[in-house]
Amino acid sequence: MFFPTPDLTTLLGPLELKNPVITASGTFGYGLEYEPLVNLKALGAIVVKGLSLKPISGNPPPRIVETACGMLNAIGLANIGLEAFLKDKLPRLREIDTRVIANIYGHHIEEYGELAKALKGVEGVHALEVNVSCPNVERGGMAFGIDPVIAARVTETVVRNTDKPVIVKLSPNVTDITLVAKAVEGAGADIISLINTITGMAVDIESRTPKLGNIFGGLSGPAIKPVALRMVYQVARAVKIPLIGMGGIMDYRDALEFLIVGAQAVEIGTANFVKPGASQSVVEGLSKYCVDHGVKRIGEIVGSLK
Amino acid sequence: MIKKGDDKAMIDGDAEILFNHQVNHDTWLLGLKRSEPAVTMKPGQFVMIRVRSGMDPLLRRPFSVCAVEKDHFKVLYRRVGKGTEIMTQAKPGENFQVLGPLGEGFVLPEEERLPVLVGGGIGVAPLFFLARLLYRRNLEFMMGFRSAGDIIPFDELRLPNHRWSVSTDDGTAGHAGFVTDLLLLYLDKNRGLPLSLFACGPRPMLKKTAETAITYGIPCQVSLESAMACGFGVCQGCAVKTAPQESSAYHYVCRNGPVFPAEAIDWEAL
Ligand SMILES: Cc1cc2nc3c(=O)[nH]c(=O)nc-3n(C[C@H](O)[C@H](O)[C@H](O)COP(=O)(O)OP(=O)(O)OC[C@H]3O[C@@H](n4cnc5c(N)ncnc54)[C@H](O)[C@@H]3O)c2cc1C
Ligand SMILES: Cc1cc2nc3c(=O)[nH]c(=O)nc-3n(C[C@H](O)[C@H](O)[C@H](O)COP(=O)(O)O)c2cc1C
Ligand code: FES
Repeated sequence: MFFPTPDLTTLLGPLELKNPVITASGTFGYGLEYEPLVNLKALGAIVVKGLSLKPISGNPPPRIVETACGMLNAIGLANIGLEAFLKDKLPRLREIDTRVIANIYGHHIEEYGELAKALKGVEGVHALEVNVSCPNVERGGMAFGIDPVIAARVTETVVRNTDKPVIVKLSPNVTDITLVAKAVEGAGADIISLINTITGMAVDIESRTPKLGNIFGGLSGPAIKPVALRMVYQVARAVKIPLIGMGGIMDYRDALEFLIVGAQAVEIGTANFVKPGASQSVVEGLSKYCVDHGVKRIGEIVGSLK
Repeated sequence: MIKKGDDKAMIDGDAEILFNHQVNHDTWLLGLKRSEPAVTMKPGQFVMIRVRSGMDPLLRRPFSVCAVEKDHFKVLYRRVGKGTEIMTQAKPGENFQVLGPLGEGFVLPEEERLPVLVGGGIGVAPLFFLARLLYRRNLEFMMGFRSAGDIIPFDELRLPNHRWSVSTDDGTAGHAGFVTDLLLLYLDKNRGLPLSLFACGPRPMLKKTAETAITYGIPCQVSLESAMACGFGVCQGCAVKTAPQESSAYHYVCRNGPVFPAEAIDWEAL
């Protein structure tokens, strides 16, 4: 019997991927850690752990706690810093035939600009994903991404300092996510990704203390999928630039829901911990779904919600 | 010296359950068969077990390797919550998804030092594996439990040249008190004897053991526990504060450990 291979090629504005499956920042290390478990070449792209200019050691433990169908994390954006990434990780990542997206975050707006500048022209980094969910030191720790005006200024700063496609990753911890989405689109973002984790907490009833050292943490995993899907649906109707959807995707069926409501691509996060091969399985599952449903190009599914 | 796990050996796959039997009121022994040889596992290393498919519980659970046979390995586990409760229901012939072996195990003791193993509760699990590997040597194995009913009845594993001693917190069996009391008694009786300590158990017990070892100037390796999401150095969730002289503020239990030299950890912060 003849099985046509469906075309999974995904065009995200200026960024072309071999398929719409991307690994989410903070859940896939610097990519190389997964080499024994995943065929990295099979992925559309790898987003590396959030990078800051200087290494960051992170929050006091406990940093993670499992909750119903999800987990809370308060890692504190621990990372090796841009310099070590460029020196120790990127050369090996470059040898892998996939796209590499650098997730960046700053403590103040200028730091975003400096990171973008430092990554300008760097071979093997195919796009920047700008995390605006982290605390803004100049605003008493309020996240950049909560305020459309500040989110737009961060976006503009990055766009001005880079030659690469700019993805802005939105925080779900807002009343109306479309306002922030429109603001970053207006400021020149090429792509929007959403959602980052939802702020939450958990309490130990014996000691009556927070279960996380940081009190609050970010909720991820299947528990957040309905919220994420709703937000992607809303943003897809509010902006014209392409979207990357994420939040609780465990398999290709979850991924399809995001594509159907209007995301061009998806990111796989927490699932990488539960099933290290999850990202690759999503690619295979999408391909099979297309064959079974007579879909020739994955793009036909995007925004096909009736 | 803190090393990084050797992830070349790490494999994720189905492992068939060969047996899963109860050994006391809250402890089970699980035998898992793997397609690849289990002999690459080292004492102190662990595996991440997915207790069932589905989304709740979501994360895998970390367990030390307790013994390795030709075609299978054993996990000794205590029922403490949702995940381990589900594990007790698993039947031979079924599968668990298992990722491993993971982490840095114990560094074997130098020939001239007498190994002293100190285990608290279910913390004895990785020490059984270590003791088996040191079957030719004389060693001291001290185990502490809360009560007589908590003792793990593995007397058949005792080797002729291994001396076992037991303590219970409530005095219902063996020495009345903590296993660290047994250790102190032993150290006082054997001053000047070159020793090497290996400890696994609850954090207060490890802290006491580590502080004792540092005071007496005895090399000591401790196996730590921490909540984990990934088990192989990706999520950075399993951080423990390091002692001030270490080069980084945190070590990761899954990758730099779970076994650490006692002096690498900030015991005040733990
Ligand atoms: C390296 C390592 C080796 C271990 N070896 C063994 C062993 O050989 N035998 C054994 O019985 N137990 C062992 N543990 C502890 C074991 O992982 C926990 O008892 C188990 O995860 C509890 O799961 P639960 O769902 O029953 O409990 P719950 O309390 O319902 O679990 C809730 C969450 O907390 C985590 N958690 C709870 N207790 C612990 C703990 N002590 N350490 C780490 N995470 C915890 C769980 O993994 C889960 O994510 C080990 C832990 C580590 C880190
Ligand atoms: C342990 C952990 C660390 C994370 N670190 C980052 C990060 O550094 N930068 C970032 O933009 N998002 C980070 N995230 C958010 C994820 O990339 C993703 O947006 C979120 O987890 C929702 O997707 P999921 O439900 O599939 O995990 C992290 C998530 C987790 C669970
Ligand atoms: S458990 Fe993920 S880094 Fe240790």
